[in-house]
Amino acid sequence: MNDAPLLSVRGLTLDIPTSGGTLHAVRGIDFDLNRGETLCIVGESGSGKSLTSLALMGLLAPKIRRTAVRMTFDGTDLQKASRRQLRQLRGDRMSMIFQEPMTSLNPAYTIGDQLTETLLLHKKVSRAKARARAIELLEKVGITAAESRLSQYPHQLSGGLRQRVMIAMALMCEPELIIADEPTTALDVTIQAQILRLLVDLQREMNMALILITHDLGVVARVADKVAVMYAGELVETGPASAIFRNPAHPYTRGLINCIPVPGRNERGARLGTIPGIVPSLVGEVTGCPFRGRCDQRVAICDTAAPLRRLPDGHEFRCVHPDGHRHEEVTA
Amino acid sequence: MTNKPVLELKNVSKTYTIKQGLFGKPKPLRALNDVSLNLQHGEVLGLVGESGCGKSTLAKILLGLEAPSEGQVLVDGQALAGQDRIALSRRIQPIFQDPYSSLNPRKSIEDIITLPLRVHGIGDSASRDRELHKMLDIVGLPARVARSYPSQMSGGQRQRVAIARALIMKPEIVICDEPTSALDVSVQSQILNLLADLRAEFGLTYLFISHNLAVVEHLATRVAVMYLGRIVEEADVATLFETARHPYSRALLASVLTPDPDMGVPDTQLGAAYPNPIAPPSGCAFHPRCAKVMPHCSRIAPWPVPTSDGHVECHLYDQQPLQAAS
Repeated sequence: MNDAPLLSVRGLTLDIPTSGGTLHAVRGIDFDLNRGETLCIVGESGSGKSLTSLALMGLLAPKIRRTAVRMTFDGTDLQKASRRQLRQLRGDRMSMIFQEPMTSLNPAYTIGDQLTETLLLHKKVSRAKARARAIELLEKVGITAAESRLSQYPHQLSGGLRQRVMIAMALMCEPELIIADEPTTALDVTIQAQILRLLVDLQREMNMALILITHDLGVVARVADKVAVMYAGELVETGPASAIFRNPAHPYTRGLINCIPVPGRNERGARLGTIPGIVPSLVGEVTGCPFRGRCDQRVAICDTAAPLRRLPDGHEFRCVHPDGHRHEEVTA
Repeated sequence: MTNKPVLELKNVSKTYTIKQGLFGKPKPLRALNDVSLNLQHGEVLGLVGESGCGKSTLAKILLGLEAPSEGQVLVDGQALAGQDRIALSRRIQPIFQDPYSSLNPRKSIEDIITLPLRVHGIGDSASRDRELHKMLDIVGLPARVARSYPSQMSGGQRQRVAIARALIMKPEIVICDEPTSALDVSVQSQILNLLADLRAEFGLTYLFISHNLAVVEHLATRVAVMYLGRIVEEADVATLFETARHPYSRALLASVLTPDPDMGVPDTQLGAAYPNPIAPPSGCAFHPRCAKVMPHCSRIAPWPVPTSDGHVECHLYDQQPLQAAS
């Protein structure tokens, strides 16, 4: 492992001006990612996880204001990089897999055209070489009759195949970082397992760093090295996957884990855990702990503070309670 | 089985004609292939399988939205074909997957929930209003949402509206087609708890279609596994999740990702992709993907073998496959 992380983010903030005021979609998040490592960002709709990935790729809509203390990719400052530099990075050294393969593939171009485009753009290779590479990758992602697929259009493929094409496309230039935004959410469970396995195998083989954005804790547990739980634009709990699943400290993380039915863990038909209430509005000034309105551990100071705490097992969370639990006597 | 089934499918097949290309010859697609199924009063039958296996076609037939090409659907022992759709809809109601597209965006919540009552000409406006508020209370929505529109509500609230609309007719059977797959996990658990409560309170019978096996395990009492238009295994939920018989059921179970950080991503051993339903494989339709495939699987279609609590359709469980087929 290199001493410097491949991707380093400090204080990333995304503000969206709306008619009702500024929407603070992402509010100062920090994380590092080393080569070959998998970071899962887990959160529900509206938590800011997809915006974070677009911000890293420099693909935000122009009206969204991005600020950060630091945002570097292998030493390159992504904030200072010119459009040209970013274009050179994207697709070549960092690439993205989107959730909806139907909308992110161009319906008017063949699979072959779309696969070779990135390679022809970034590397000095002949068309024949690019084509050979495309076939090689399609085979690698488990697509049969790869050569004949090159002349097909996206609509001629099933959802699982289209997602495999998306992965092959992301791998064309052997990127150092892949950001996958819910890559398997639209797929069947059987295909999901196959695609995730493929992604993890290829990542190990090529020593790529992977950021996987998902709402599925099952996926997170099975693939992540590090986990970042995102809620209302903040990372409320971060750390090694094993520590977070064994000892979830933030009340939100615990709530999420209790919400999902797990064969063998919950009694069949027993009530599932719930998180009452809804995500707070992020328009205007946001103070204190964003989760306090839905939290069963809430105390008065949650209105003003949510300090960052570090646990002995190496994971961090933001909560007024030192272990994430309210102890009545201690606060008195 | 002592109970009389409330809903019964007898050898139901549904064939669509698919035209391939502008000048292509139309080809038959058998979405359902000789399916027989019973729903007992008060049970929750989970229906699982990959996209394209015929789950939604089955739901449409049960709702009377599609007519079967062959076979019969019986409600309380009476053939569905002869029954009035309006009368039928009092007894069977759907809850669909996507609460964003299943609610009319131009109608208020009040209009959406009471529409079934108005269609059936039940009650006057005062009694409909009472029913509306009772339903809102039952599904856990505040009374003030009555005048709101779907666009003003969250996904979970919309699904509650869809549930209220389905239940206002006091149906016996509710067809839930992926009711939580469009929702966030914290909302999913609320809706699942609500569905469980309503079932207990009103003695409802559910057909619960889902690709999320953990959810099916949690809610269902019996499970039917579909593959390419056939029910390849049917069993009590405990049996299926503890000792699934069919290799396809096992592969489905293996692909459930429980939140266990010590385990990696499983190998489902389902090598090939889901087959094209227009050109289904010969013999057992599952044989190209099966980990336990035997030589005769590609030649002879398996038949249902009765088990203590259902059936399984696989040559591993019929004693003399070659003889029986001749």
